Amino acid sequence: MTWRALWPLAALLLCLGLPWLPGLPSFWVTLGNYIGISSIVAIGLVVLTGVGGITSFGQASFLGFGAYTTAILTVQTGMSPWLTLPAALAVSAVAALLIGAITLRLSGHYLAVGTLAWSVSLYYTFANLDLFGRNDGISGIPPLSLEGLRLIDGRMYFSVIWIGVLLAALATANLLDSRAGRAIRALRGGAQAAASFGVNTPRARTLAFVHAAVLAAFAGWLYAHMQRSVNPTPFGLNAGIEYLLMAVVGGAAHIPGALLGAGLVTVVNNLLQDLLPKLIGTQGNFETIVFGAILVLTLQASPEGIWPHIARVRPRPHRVRPDAAPLAARVMPPRGAPLLSVRGLNRTFGGLVAVNDLCFTLTAGEIAGLIGPNGAGKTTTFNLLTGVDQPGGGSVEFLGHSLVGLRAPAIARLGIARSFQHVRLVPSMSVIENVVIGAHLRGRAGPLRGVLRLDRAEEAQLYAEAARQLVRVGLAAQADRPATSLALGQQRVVEIARALCLDPVLLLLDEPAAGLRHNEKAELAALLRRLRGEGVTILLVEHDMDFVMNLADRLVVMDFGTMLAEGTPETVRRDPAVIEAYLGSVA
Amino acid sequence: MDPTIIAILVQDGVVNGAIYALLALSLVLVFAVTRVIFIPQGEFVAYGALTYAALDAGQMPGSVWLLCGLGAAACAASLRAEWRRLSPRRLARLLAGTLALPAAVLLATRELAPLQPGVLVQALLALLIVTPMAPYLYRVAFRPLAQASVLVLLIAAVGVHLAMGGLGLVFFGPEGSRATGFSEDSLELGPLIVPGQSLWIVGLTVALMLGLYGFFEFTLYGKALRATAVNRLGARLVGIGTAQSGEIAFSLAGVIGALSGILIVPLTTVYYDTGFIIGLKGFTAAIIGGMASYPGAALAALGVGVLESFSSFWASAFKEVIVFTAIIPVLLWRSLRGGVVEDEE
Repeated sequence: MTWRALWPLAALLLCLGLPWLPGLPSFWVTLGNYIGISSIVAIGLVVLTGVGGITSFGQASFLGFGAYTTAILTVQTGMSPWLTLPAALAVSAVAALLIGAITLRLSGHYLAVGTLAWSVSLYYTFANLDLFGRNDGISGIPPLSLEGLRLIDGRMYFSVIWIGVLLAALATANLLDSRAGRAIRALRGGAQAAASFGVNTPRARTLAFVHAAVLAAFAGWLYAHMQRSVNPTPFGLNAGIEYLLMAVVGGAAHIPGALLGAGLVTVVNNLLQDLLPKLIGTQGNFETIVFGAILVLTLQASPEGIWPHIARVRPRPHRVRPDAAPLAARVMPPRGAPLLSVRGLNRTFGGLVAVNDLCFTLTAGEIAGLIGPNGAGKTTTFNLLTGVDQPGGGSVEFLGHSLVGLRAPAIARLGIARSFQHVRLVPSMSVIENVVIGAHLRGRAGPLRGVLRLDRAEEAQLYAEAARQLVRVGLAAQADRPATSLALGQQRVVEIARALCLDPVLLLLDEPAAGLRHNEKAELAALLRRLRGEGVTILLVEHDMDFVMNLADRLVVMDFGTMLAEGTPETVRRDPAVIEAYLGSVA
Repeated sequence: MDPTIIAILVQDGVVNGAIYALLALSLVLVFAVTRVIFIPQGEFVAYGALTYAALDAGQMPGSVWLLCGLGAAACAASLRAEWRRLSPRRLARLLAGTLALPAAVLLATRELAPLQPGVLVQALLALLIVTPMAPYLYRVAFRPLAQASVLVLLIAAVGVHLAMGGLGLVFFGPEGSRATGFSEDSLELGPLIVPGQSLWIVGLTVALMLGLYGFFEFTLYGKALRATAVNRLGARLVGIGTAQSGEIAFSLAGVIGALSGILIVPLTTVYYDTGFIIGLKGFTAAIIGGMASYPGAALAALGVGVLESFSSFWASAFKEVIVFTAIIPVLLWRSLRGGVVEDEE
């Protein structure tokens, strides 16, 4: 048995034994209970804010949904508190789906302030409706009981709460380490990049929101049966702000950071309330002054939160099982068959015509180069082909499917993978974790299977595939390094490995050789030739003429958004129009 | 509901809306220039109101001492950040701005406060006491975090809000205050009696907005601020100090907040923590207006004010619910129209 297998057991024993430690004042047990409840909410914020990048002030409202659901059901219908738990979680999840449908499409600060607004209005709703007992709230909530044992004592309840914290932490860690969780983590590298590998980004955001809301409702349920009465105050905006603050102070991107933040904020708050009146001797809100000042100073000292200072946070090495069954592979179209046909493609940005009546075709199994001076419309063309941007007119046919109007994930599903001109990797993930995002569409496991750890066989397959692609591009030794610690040229190669994980029919590479050294370019060219031998079709934008002339079977030259010339590298090289576009006319 | 009531409600709404509009403008300004969501805006409203009320009652406002303390803290923070490249001239300017200015304000207040020199002098003095706190706060709390994410800046703003709220209680006490208005006269428009104070509020709001427009459109500092808002790095490359832009933005926010407080304290009792909810409504307006457009935010603020006065007439318990829920259809419309989700940062 290793430490990793033993720690949940050790933690469980701690949950059961700690409150009975001889000489431990009951004040600290109570404090521990509050820390536990806050921790669960803050763990939800790790997924939502720290990992998913969605700031929410409204978590206290979801706490309220959980607490009021169980309060109303147990007091009015006499249901057992254990039976109201699923109801409390479900009510909160449904509320999160509804609120999320409205607010989650907003970005950045709009969203943050949007959550602020609905949090205020929910607070006043709780405080003004008879159903919620208005400002007085609901009292007489029964305690939890086990086999007739009523869990009224704070020490007993400590164990209940901290087993809950343990479950929340485990579920969240499992989620983040699963296919669905990877989709949430990928949001940080750019929604566009994630979508280009089939990640349904709105769904990933909703998942993070619902997960955080369900955890908050769980905390609310625990809170209701600890306090045995509820009123609107702990579910207002100030509480919501405090939970966010806990997560950020602790280190919003890490689960232990959430526990640390909840603990520190609760303890410091209590100590200040206790100590300051003794020190200063007068009444006043001195604790909020000192607390606010400490908060600002802490952030100035460590904007990433405290946890990264305590533990050196780095991606954990991922053990790959090479014996995992290979994933099903796509059947490539026969060499020479028509693959892609672009006709009359148009895209304008305001008055600028980026792509103008562009026509070209690709046949299966060829390497085609898309070249042209800067600003010719090459990257825009890539964006139009991959659903990142929509054309103003024209048609794109790929293996009998029209691509116009399809969004990025649907196009990825058809077997078109791409790399980006400006590298888009998730900075907080290791190389192999970034690469495995490319295989997103080749797995099926949903969030529930991830949380319950029923996805391990499939995950092993996905990681084995990612490892295989890393070997292929020559970066196997770097698999566990943080993605952004690599040189820029190598990061581009990581993007190629990620694209290969999709098992693509057509590979679109945007300046893959930029930033590579001479022998790395030679290796890249050899890799692309090997891929062509396996039936993959490649379209690449490249400015390194030696590289592209030696590699491509055919070139398409663009200038001012239209096709200037097309043909083998030899004919294109001699084309007077091409020479003029690149070098200017003699006269 | 007869036309007179409607007219009264609209008038109420416009007056409140004018205040929200001012706050919305300064929130948009601070956010655009510094990326700080300025939660402590509400405290400036309360400080302005209560400082003015204290002066109006012939008392020495406690906030003067806070001004001196914050000035000293700002001086220390600036020395720490800049001591390597501090020329004698810059040092003199720093000391004058952070130590001499509060000292002068302190002396002036001590002389003038017992004399009760009249509403205009009192208002000016209150502005002088409260406004410099904003750039001091910027130096102490936000400038060291200039490179941090919007989320971290936001949490720092929460910290400042908490501290300022606590300090407000210390210096002004838990009791609410009211003060003499700028004008006791009123204007009769048919059945409607418009109090002079309301006219002052609307008039000053419009004047301030025109002034801001002129500032942004025609002065070099205004243009520098706009440049910083559009592209921080680009502004730095052409020699605009982003720290200086931040200070100007905060100063404007401080002036606007304090003035809003001075304007409302004759109409309603203000407590040390009244500002927060007023500030939140300014936020709502700023968000409805798009957090980027000044005229949009101002119009939205008028809408919020009118909606608030009508909902307090019809369903006063649900006033806040209605006002804050009003944001949701607007957000929905915006997201359906724009609908592009991009990453933070």
